[in-house]
Amino acid sequence: MISDDIREIITVVLVLVSALMCFAAGVGLMRFPDVLSRLHAATKPQILGLMAIAAAVAVNNATIATFALLTAIIIFQALTAPITAHMVGRAAYRSDHLRRDLLIRDELSDSVDRAEQDGAPPAPHGTPPAPRDDRPSG
Amino acid sequence: MHIAIIVAGVLFGTGAVAALYRVIRGPSLLDRVIASDVFVVTIMCVLAAEMAFNSHTETLPVLLVLGAFAFVGSVSFARFMAKQDQT
Repeated sequence: MISDDIREIITVVLVLVSALMCFAAGVGLMRFPDVLSRLHAATKPQILGLMAIAAAVAVNNATIATFALLTAIIIFQALTAPITAHMVGRAAYRSDHLRRDLLIRDELSDSVDRAEQDGAPPAPHGTPPAPRDDRPSG
Repeated sequence: MHIAIIVAGVLFGTGAVAALYRVIRGPSLLDRVIASDVFVVTIMCVLAAEMAFNSHTETLPVLLVLGAFAFVGSVSFARFMAKQDQT
């Protein structure tokens, strides 16, 4: 097994990586201009920070039960973090909580324009949308 | 070791305070959702860092439950956000 000094160094490095990720997310939340760029900053500690800190816990307590629970936590977070980011980004786009002057290329607007030309004329802003499958109910 | 604990605590604390600032000030509801997600993840990382430094595993189920709550809360807020709600 590895000695205590090496284990301590590995633990410190991994915890510092995770702390740096959380700090970077906080700074990004403070300084970025709109929802989509803040979303980009916020998803860093959710995966990399949690994986680093889980590795630190596993190094300090190397049993099968710890590995199993940490793997479950990481897999759950890796499955749910993209879902959360996708839902928030979709709600931000649909409710115009983004600054379009910051976008370099908006590929979704082409699809929205095409869909509106094909289908019924879009409802004016402020009225409830017609029931369509691809629009949120709220 | 002690210096590393202090540095990690300062970094975690600064991130958490920045997330809380965004929860309070955030111009839109989605900013608050994102910031509260970051705050929960910071709490998870702090709990796990305490476990790693003290070599125990007693708060691992807490991490799982916190992750589940963060997911359910964020998704339900984003899904059922009223379209005319501008705050």
